Amino acid sequence: MMTEQASINEQLVLTNREGDKQFLTFMMAEEEYGMDILSVQEIRGWEEVTAIPNSPKFVNGAINLRGTIVPIIDLRVRFGLPRVEYGPLTVVVVVAVEIRDNTKVMGLVVDAVSDVYTINEETAKDVPEFQGSENSFFVQGLVNVGEKMVVLLNLKRILDLDENHNEQLVVGG
Amino acid sequence: MSIDLSQFFDVFFEESFEGLDVMEAELLNLQPGTEDSETINTIFRAAHSIKGGSGTFGFTSVTNFTHVLETLLDQIRDGRRQLTAEHVNLLLQSVDCLRGLLSALQAEEEPDLTESSELKAQFDRILGNEEQTLQSEPQSSTPEAETNTYQIDFKPHSHLFKTGNEPLYMLSELAELGDLETHAFCDGIPSLDKFNPEDCYLNWRLYLTTTQGQSAIQEIFEWVEDDADIDITLCGGLFESEVPEPQAEQSEAQVQNAEPKPSEQASKKANTAANKVPSSKKSSESTSIRVGIDKVDSLINMVGELVITQAMLTQLGEQEPTEQTLTALQEGLAQLAHNTRDLQENVMRIRMLPISFVFSRFPRLVRDTSQKLNKQVELKLLGEQTELDKTVMEKISDPMVHLVRNSLDHGLETPEERIKAGKDPVGQVTLNAFHQGGNIVIEIMDDGKGLNTEKIKSKAIANGLIQATDDLSPEEINELIFRPGFSTVDEVSDISGRGVGMDVVRRNIQSLNGSVEVNSAPGVGSTFTIRLPLTLAILDGQLVNVASHTYIIPLISIVESLQINIDKVSTVGNGLEVLRLRDEYIPILRLYKLFNHDGAIEALDKALLVVVESDNHKVGLLVDDLLGQQQVVIKSLEANYQRVNGISGATILGDGRVSLILDITGLIKLSGLKRPGSQDLLMEKQEEEVTT
Repeated sequence: MMTEQASINEQLVLTNREGDKQFLTFMMAEEEYGMDILSVQEIRGWEEVTAIPNSPKFVNGAINLRGTIVPIIDLRVRFGLPRVEYGPLTVVVVVAVEIRDNTKVMGLVVDAVSDVYTINEETAKDVPEFQGSENSFFVQGLVNVGEKMVVLLNLKRILDLDENHNEQLVVGG
Repeated sequence: MSIDLSQFFDVFFEESFEGLDVMEAELLNLQPGTEDSETINTIFRAAHSIKGGSGTFGFTSVTNFTHVLETLLDQIRDGRRQLTAEHVNLLLQSVDCLRGLLSALQAEEEPDLTESSELKAQFDRILGNEEQTLQSEPQSSTPEAETNTYQIDFKPHSHLFKTGNEPLYMLSELAELGDLETHAFCDGIPSLDKFNPEDCYLNWRLYLTTTQGQSAIQEIFEWVEDDADIDITLCGGLFESEVPEPQAEQSEAQVQNAEPKPSEQASKKANTAANKVPSSKKSSESTSIRVGIDKVDSLINMVGELVITQAMLTQLGEQEPTEQTLTALQEGLAQLAHNTRDLQENVMRIRMLPISFVFSRFPRLVRDTSQKLNKQVELKLLGEQTELDKTVMEKISDPMVHLVRNSLDHGLETPEERIKAGKDPVGQVTLNAFHQGGNIVIEIMDDGKGLNTEKIKSKAIANGLIQATDDLSPEEINELIFRPGFSTVDEVSDISGRGVGMDVVRRNIQSLNGSVEVNSAPGVGSTFTIRLPLTLAILDGQLVNVASHTYIIPLISIVESLQINIDKVSTVGNGLEVLRLRDEYIPILRLYKLFNHDGAIEALDKALLVVVESDNHKVGLLVDDLLGQQQVVIKSLEANYQRVNGISGATILGDGRVSLILDITGLIKLSGLKRPGSQDLLMEKQEEEVTT
C-alpha cells in the first residue's frame, strides 16, 4: 500500500519536472501524433456537420457545441493524406487554441485516440526538412516514447486558416 | 471591523461617469446669457454627487477639484455671477479632467494632478475676483476673508458608519481648511463585551482656525447632518474649553447658518440619492448594463402571462381527454409558443441599447473641433432610439469619431467659403441611424464641398494605386480613399491626418462584419454609410433548402418568393440569367453554384426564386424549396472560424443542427454582379479569387 502510494507520488513528481508536458496522442494513417493536452477541451464522436460553402477541402463543416458554432477540420485532409470513411472509432478532438489574440475552438477529426504521455519537450527533435513536404510546417518536433515515435503537432499553425498569414510565418520562420 | 468601502467603488465610478456625462450634455446646452436655472441645477447636482461620493471614499483629489467647480456653479445658480462662455469652456475642460482622474482611480493608478491643479488655479482666479464683488454686496452674514476660529462639536450618532460615512475623511477635509485642533472624547466607549465594532462611540470637539466661512465647514458635514449632532460656533480663543452646549441651541445654530433654500434642497436630494446607492446595490460586476425599467416591466408581464398559460395547461392536463379538451390544449400550446417567443425576444433586447449612447459624445466633439477649425457647424442627430447590441456599440464609436472629424475637417468649408458658394455659413453634419434588413445603418452626412475626385485620382496615380490610363467612375474614385496609405491632406492638421486613414476605419467596420461606403457630390456634400449586422440579435428568417442544405434568408430582405416563368428569363452578357418581373429585370443567382453544392434542382421552372433586396438592388436567389419561417438567434461563425463570403452568421435550429444565415450584400458581391456604375465589385471578386 505504502509503496504504491510512493510510486504514485514519484510519478506526480516526475510529471511536474520542468519542461515536462502531457500530450494526448492519436492515430492517423498508422502514425502517432501528439498535441498539448491543455489545448484539448473534449473528445466527441463523429456527428453530422453543416457544410460551410466555399471552405477549404479540409473543413468538413460546423457543428453546434452547446450553443457555439465549432468548425470541424479533417486532419488527414489538412495533412494531404487520403480521406477515410468515418467509423465508430472516428473521433473529434475539440481543441481551443489562441490564434492572434483570439481563442478559437475547433474540432479535429482523427482516426482514433491513443494515449497520454508525459514528454519533455526539450527531448523533441526537429523535423528533417523534406523537399516538397508542407506537413513539416505543422510539426513541432519528433519524440521517442519507448520504441514508438510520436509527432508533436503545432496546433496554432494547423488551426490558423488564414493562408496569407501562414505564408508569412514560413517566410518569417 | 471596518466596512470594506471598495465594494462600492464600482457603483461610485459608474454613477460618477454618468454624472459627468450629464454635466457634459447639459453644459453643451448652455448658452451664456440665456441659461436656464434647471440646467445649472442639474449640472450642480451632478457635480455635488461626485464630490460627495469621492469624499466618502477618500478620493480627495476629486473632492478638492469638484469643490471649486461646485462653488462656481453655486454662485451662478444663485445669480451672484453671470455665466460666460469662458465658464462653460472651463467647466467642460473640468469634466474631461475629472473623467481622467476618475479613470485613473478606477484603474487604481495614481492620478495625474497637473491638469486639475491648473484648472483649479483658473477657477480660483475667477472665484478670487468674485470674492471682492461678493463683499461689496450685503450677501453673507459672516465675513469671509477674516481669520476666525470656530469651535465645532461633532457628535456622530452611533449608526454613522452604517450610512457609509467616515469621520476621518471629514476631519482631514477640515484640516485642509486651516489649522485644526482635535479633541476626541472617548467616554462613550463601552466595556469590551458590550462593544459593537460597527457602532461609532467617539465624538469630537474641534477648533478650526481658518479664513473660510462657516458655510465651508458646514458643507463638509453636509453628508452627515441627519446622522450626527453638529454644532459650529465662532469663538475667540483657541483653548477655550466648555461643556458641549445643549441640543436645542445646536439646532438653532443650524437653522441660523442654513444655506439659501434652493441649494439646501439640491444638496439634500443629492445626499439622499448618494446615500441610497450603496445600500441598494450590494454587489456589482465588472461589466454591467443599464436596462430601461420598461424592458424589465415587460419581461415581468410576460413571465406572468407564461405562468397563467402554464396553469391553464396543467388544468387541462388533469381533465378527462375529450375532443374539447384536446382543442383547448392545442390552443394553450399555441399560446405557450407565443409567450416563449415574446419572452425570448425581450430577453435578447436587454443587450440592446439605443445608439444615443454613441451619438451623445458627438455634440462635444463637434463643438470642440469646430472651434479649433473656426467653422460653424450644426449637428443633427436622427434615429437616436435605434437599438444596437452593446458590443457592437462599443466598437463602432471610434470609426464614427474618425468619420465625423473628417467631415468637419475636410468636408465642411469655412464660413467665408460657404457664403461665397451661396450656402448658409453654418454647416450641417447629420448623424442618422436606422434599421434596414437585419442591419443597422449609420449615416454620417455633411453638406460640405464633397470629395475632390480630381485630387484623389492624381494622388492615387502618384501612389501607384491606379494607372493614369484607368477609366474610373466618380464612385470608383471615391472608393479609393479607403485604400491603405491614402491621404489627400496636404498638411497634417491637429484634427485629422495623423496617419490613421480611412483604411483603418474600413477595417474596423469590416471586423464587425459591416461595410462602409461613401457617396459624394461636388459642392453638395458627402455621405458615409456604415452598415452593421446586429451580431447578437434575433432575426426573422426564412428557411430554404439548397441541395439538401438548409440556409436562412433574413425575412426582412425578402421581397417575394415565386415560381419562375421560364418564358420571362433571358440570358445576357456572360451567362447572367435575368428574370423579367413586371417592369424590372431581376438577375438570378444560382445559390448552389455560388456555394459549390451538388444535387440541387437546376431547372429554373422546377426551383423557386426568392427575390431579395439589398442597397436598392434586387436579385433572385434560386433555391430548391422553401421550408418554414422561424426566429433565429444569430451566432458568430467568425468566432471560431473565419469570415465566409455570402454568409453573415450561423444559427442553431430546433433539432440542434447548425444552419447558416445568408448575407445578401455579400452574396451579390460573391456573384460578381456589377452594381450600376461600379466596377469595384467585380474587381474585388477577382482579387478574392486570386487569394483563395
